[in-house]
Amino acid sequence: MSLDSKIPEGPLAEKWTRYKATIPLVNPANKRHIEVIVVGSGLAGASAAASLAEMGYKVKVFCFQDSPRRAHSIAAQGGINAAKNYSNDGDSVFRLFYDTIKGGDYRSREANVHRLAEVSTAIIDQCVAQGVPFAREYGGLLDNRSFGGVQVSRTFYARGQTGQQLLLGAYSALSRQIGKKQVQMYNRHEMLEVVTIDGKARGIIARDLVSGKLERHFGHAVVLASGGYGNVFFLSTNAMGSNATAAWKAYKKGAFFGNPCFTQIHPTCIPVSGDHQSKLTLMSESLRNDGRIWVPKKQNDPRKGVDIPEDERDYYLERRYPAYGNLVPRDIASRAAKERCDAGYGVGASKMAVYLDFSDAIQRLGKDVIAARYGNLFEMYEKITGENPYERPMRIYPAVHYTMGGLWVDYNLMTTVEGLYATGECNFSDHGANRLGASALMQGLADGYFVLPITIGAFLSKDIRTKAIPTDHPAFAEAEQAVQNQINRLMNVKGTETVDHFHKQLGKVMWEYCGMGRNAEGLKKGQGMVREIREAFWKNVRIPGTADSLNPELEKALRVADYLELGELMIADALNRNESCGGHFREEYQDEGGEALRNDDEYTYVAAWEFKGDNQAPELHKEKLIFENVKLVQRSYK
Amino acid sequence: MKINLKVWRQANTQSKGDFKDYTVNEVSEDMSFLEMFDVLNEELVRKGEEPVAFDHDCREGICGMCSMYINGRAHGPEQGTTTCQLHMRHFKDGETVVVEPWRAQAFPVLKDLVVDRSAFDRIIQSGGFISVNTGNAVDANSLPVPKHNAELSFDAAACIGCGACVAACKNASAMLFVSAKVSQLALLPQGQPERYNRVQAMVHQMDLEGFGNCTNTGACEAECPKEISISNIARMNRDFMVAKIAE
Ligand SMILES: Cc1cc2nc3c(=O)[nH]c(=O)nc-3n(C[C@H](O)[C@H](O)[C@H](O)COP(=O)(O)OP(=O)(O)OC[C@H]3O[C@@H](n4cnc5c(N)ncnc54)[C@H](O)[C@@H]3O)c2cc1C
Ligand code: FES
Repeated sequence: MSLDSKIPEGPLAEKWTRYKATIPLVNPANKRHIEVIVVGSGLAGASAAASLAEMGYKVKVFCFQDSPRRAHSIAAQGGINAAKNYSNDGDSVFRLFYDTIKGGDYRSREANVHRLAEVSTAIIDQCVAQGVPFAREYGGLLDNRSFGGVQVSRTFYARGQTGQQLLLGAYSALSRQIGKKQVQMYNRHEMLEVVTIDGKARGIIARDLVSGKLERHFGHAVVLASGGYGNVFFLSTNAMGSNATAAWKAYKKGAFFGNPCFTQIHPTCIPVSGDHQSKLTLMSESLRNDGRIWVPKKQNDPRKGVDIPEDERDYYLERRYPAYGNLVPRDIASRAAKERCDAGYGVGASKMAVYLDFSDAIQRLGKDVIAARYGNLFEMYEKITGENPYERPMRIYPAVHYTMGGLWVDYNLMTTVEGLYATGECNFSDHGANRLGASALMQGLADGYFVLPITIGAFLSKDIRTKAIPTDHPAFAEAEQAVQNQINRLMNVKGTETVDHFHKQLGKVMWEYCGMGRNAEGLKKGQGMVREIREAFWKNVRIPGTADSLNPELEKALRVADYLELGELMIADALNRNESCGGHFREEYQDEGGEALRNDDEYTYVAAWEFKGDNQAPELHKEKLIFENVKLVQRSYK
Repeated sequence: MKINLKVWRQANTQSKGDFKDYTVNEVSEDMSFLEMFDVLNEELVRKGEEPVAFDHDCREGICGMCSMYINGRAHGPEQGTTTCQLHMRHFKDGETVVVEPWRAQAFPVLKDLVVDRSAFDRIIQSGGFISVNTGNAVDANSLPVPKHNAELSFDAAACIGCGACVAACKNASAMLFVSAKVSQLALLPQGQPERYNRVQAMVHQMDLEGFGNCTNTGACEAECPKEISISNIARMNRDFMVAKIAE
């Protein structure tokens, strides 16, 4: 099978407008009979579901939380980008496009990224109309700030809770459609299988998490908006329930997985405090606008941060990257922190942390200004660590944050399975090898409000004669049986170890060998270890209780079973890519200064992996990336 | 340190629950309250017992999923703090801690500490939105909002929908939750066209769900992890009266 990205003809800036005008429409009378399943109620899912329902489609939405309002998008702090140029600092659609391509280290598709930049402005309009309380200036107009890796102010924000406010906006639009009975909402449901009939996605199998019952749901098309897979690493900034299951089941049903090894490690998170640690907390990147990052100049310096005099501090980002200083992109800032800690300059009890210091900013601007900008973040830091960041520097360390990889999709956001779509963090599409800050929220809402509801018409308009398929169709029975078998198998292991025990082991291996720095030898070693953990899991996991009741251990086990397979694919992908780009740093490929070395001649492609059966090597397909509007250069933030 | 727990265990909505005693040894003060429960659950699984079911997701104090009633207080002893952000350094070695689910007629227990809060969703569905279809919006800066109003609106919008206000109220009233959404939208120009219909529809749904009346005791504000102000209730009552008079 060859990959067709379906990029429309024409000049870059006109592709989307022209293409939109050619997509066949579905007339309102027919829309009423067409059902669309949306898995996920985060920004990508809620916005798509609301928009599809407004257009007249019948929509079913699934989420595993007790309410669609709790999707992981709620936790985003910093902001959302849009090329509004309200700051009059020279921003434009092209500049946002260019920054995103460059920030992604030239591993994303020009046409998709340009479309994203184009629709970005409409997102802000839509959200304001819904009542999203963005930050404003005294004149009553919207305020902007700048965010890591760019030199314009194009980030809209709502205090430190931008994701919350955007999600509640999308949730309100979704709720309106639920109230109108145009959307049927399934809370506390977990999708566990895609149902395909004649090669097309026609429904899902979901487990009602309260009763444990397996349910069959039909849809003319299925949209996965199920988020990212950062929790493969056990410790990440993702919510505890964020998982890869929906995407993984789709992969096993024929959807290719794009660039699985592209993970983003965020530089400013609260360091691990002990073995009990269940997740890591992000400190928004906006802190780097005023905070200065440093470590002691002396190795293993036992002194407290405040006791170390100015001339014995190494502001290593300012030293290495004078042009961008503390504002270099995330991948660079993360690696630089790891480099210092590995070399023995780390701080705090674990020595796996660096300082993020506000004392200069407090002196220059006053405590009040800093409190107004970052008060809630400082409070959160103090709640978690018991230390006051106004008085002593914060300790931070990088943590897994976002997955650029995901299901491969074409320009329509359709996977390689016809009728199966992927939006938001769940797809691989727009961020290449590294995502810029404040661009995930933009992408989720772009996909959901303005792209998918239109592009899905290309498929559904051909489907208007297809009647709803009854769920006693053999394909549904078979899919349900497959899920039931997996559950039975898990319940029957009756071993002695907890699910978390295996998950933690997997996380350690992934972090060690497929984390911030990777090399062929380590990756091969990691691959073997993941296989061993997987075997041990299936021999020795213990899940108490029953499958026909609310059983959080079973929910976790189903997710971890998938991580144990996905982890291996991530490693295979990292091994295949013999270059360093964005978040993927292969230690063999760096220059004398320790900067990443891309290999554009051989790796300017999307690696799309096809499932070939359990315990068989997946097949690699390459989508060549063609750059007609930007010149590939080595990123330099010096 | 060592913590003694009295935890509410209940198999499902129909069954009768009761307290069970547990001891968790080796609690570190850097642990969050939920991480202490993780340790307990790991031990229970190893012993072959069913772990305690509880709701949680973000563990950052923003999703509103966690919901434990700790020593008689929603989300425990710390002001402005969700259960997931509560850390063990606020407890003493050897202390006995009582943990229950939210208790309210409108929030039936599903299992152990997990309750059904879908009543909140239905209230929002009844009118907690601005009716604007995708693609209908005007340029964002054509709707200036005085900064002061924008800030007040934000203060109300910070509600995480956890239900602590209901759990804390002796009448199990949902007024703080409902008024937060009503206020957020009533304070913005975009929210004006539906302002009075909205408040009526939402209050009507709130009553249908079986929440109690507000008797102004202020427990909701005191226990709200996001410190949503009770002045929102006054604003909602005013709008509700205006709507009634206009009828
Ligand atoms: C702490 C933090 C801060 C961030 N800050 C920013 C920021 O400032 N700016 C920015 O642009 N980005 C930020 N990001 C990234 C951004 O928040 C996410 O990438 C984005 O919100 C993902 O949205 P989504 O809709 O794709 O998925 P999610 O919001 O993760 O939603 C996934 C949905 O899928 C459902 N689901 C998943 N699996 C299943 C299943 N099997 N069955 C049923 N339902 C399922 C879930 O219930 C949920 O509703 C941040 C991320 C984190 C972790
Ligand atoms: S788990 Fe999200 S608020 Fe506590």
